[in-house]
Amino acid sequence: MIGFENVRKEYPGGTVAVEDFTLEIPSHRSVVLVGSSGSGKTTLMRMINRMVDPTAGRVLIDGEDVAHLDPVQLRRSIGYVMQASGLLPHRTVLDNITTVPVLRGTSRRDARTRAAELLELVGLDQQVATRYPAQLSGGQQQRVGVARALAADPDILLMDEPFGAVDPIVRADLQQELLRLQRELRKTIVFVTHDIDEAFLVGDRVVLLRPGGIIAQQGAPREILARPADDFVSRFVGADRGTRTLHLEEVDGRRVVVDADGRATGVLDHDRTAGEHMT
Amino acid sequence: MNGSPLGQALEWMADPARWTGPSGIPARMLEHLGYTALGVLVAALIAIPLGLLVGHTGRGKGIVVMAAGAARALPTLGLVTLFALLMGIGLTAPLLAFVVLAVPSLLAGAYSAVESADPATVDAARAQGMTEMQILTRVEIPLGLPLLIGGLRGATVQVVATVMLAAYVGNGGLGRYIFLGLGSQDYPQMIAGSVLVIALALVLDLLLLGVQRLTAPRGV
Repeated sequence: MIGFENVRKEYPGGTVAVEDFTLEIPSHRSVVLVGSSGSGKTTLMRMINRMVDPTAGRVLIDGEDVAHLDPVQLRRSIGYVMQASGLLPHRTVLDNITTVPVLRGTSRRDARTRAAELLELVGLDQQVATRYPAQLSGGQQQRVGVARALAADPDILLMDEPFGAVDPIVRADLQQELLRLQRELRKTIVFVTHDIDEAFLVGDRVVLLRPGGIIAQQGAPREILARPADDFVSRFVGADRGTRTLHLEEVDGRRVVVDADGRATGVLDHDRTAGEHMT
Repeated sequence: MNGSPLGQALEWMADPARWTGPSGIPARMLEHLGYTALGVLVAALIAIPLGLLVGHTGRGKGIVVMAAGAARALPTLGLVTLFALLMGIGLTAPLLAFVVLAVPSLLAGAYSAVESADPATVDAARAQGMTEMQILTRVEIPLGLPLLIGGLRGATVQVVATVMLAAYVGNGGLGRYIFLGLGSQDYPQMIAGSVLVIALALVLDLLLLGVQRLTAPRGV
């Protein structure tokens, strides 16, 4: 479990990135911090592995204040995936993936064996192992980034807009891969994005932030959609744009789901009840 | 050709007697290289760690750039003379001048090598759990090595061309031919000395250019 207790971040010069933030993130779930730029979402995420230290308040991992942990050891125990992959350009894919395990003292041979498994896990061909990052596509680089983050088998995975720099088709693909991985691995994932659709897709829980790290609303995607807390949330989730408000129309004896602009988005499945959806 | 000063200089060099003994061309060239190596080495010991530190932390950048600029503006002959007046004849005075001459290039090379690394790459390395020293030695230096070697190359070429001044205050090196020739109005000898220094500078420059190419990080 990750806990934020009255966390504040103020930079020299008086800029307040996060005013007063409290949140509990349950283990083995994926939580998405979503907000526009200036919402402090990345700052908050980077407090977990001490890439940013809070000005006030505490960040706890399983009850332990991270301020008491050695930042280097802490970072090696937490996976981190960033937007521009952040791979070392002068090292091969294999060497990039084995970086953290080798720093942690795993033998090079064991790390390489594990790296080969990880390549398969993230859906990459073994041939890419000897390539350099620049020789890969953006989507492949992000997959390597995920493999590297998983290399030391961390409990926590931090993902900072990991699919923000790839084209929409590749992004959709990577999002599905992440969902598949998460079903297998059950990590505690803290995911940062400004894309509400992505947040609703990958998050078990979504935390919607206003500027200054103020929580506008948090909950499961369906809860947020069902009951937006205020106009800010409604606008952010797009409830006012008509793409989220759907209604049914009867077409040839089947019930078709149609959005506010009259565009068909799907067919209602008669065999499934609302109860099944909730599980 | 034989009548021209350059022809006479080549004739001077072609004399087999010039290629043996303690004042022969090979011995003088070795002395010259030795002074150069010593000057660059001492300068490197000071400038490279300082440049790496400034590049990595970003602190003291303004001071370093200013000091390097000021050191570059110093006239070397004046410096050698001044140090010789203060410390007497010998190797210390010119060596000190060579160090002062070599430091700016080395400092700029080391500093820009570290600074050239993509901040996102460095940030990612830190987030993976590399220590600051590991970031420097495994990320910043390998990525910036050609710039670092470039600084070494600049410093070496400057010093090798200036080392002839060592002879001005009583030392050896190829400068001996130039100052001996100057004293006795023996122009072929003077020109021969200059040609040898130029050749040495060109060879070193090309060698270090090769090293610079070889050390370029793969994959980038």
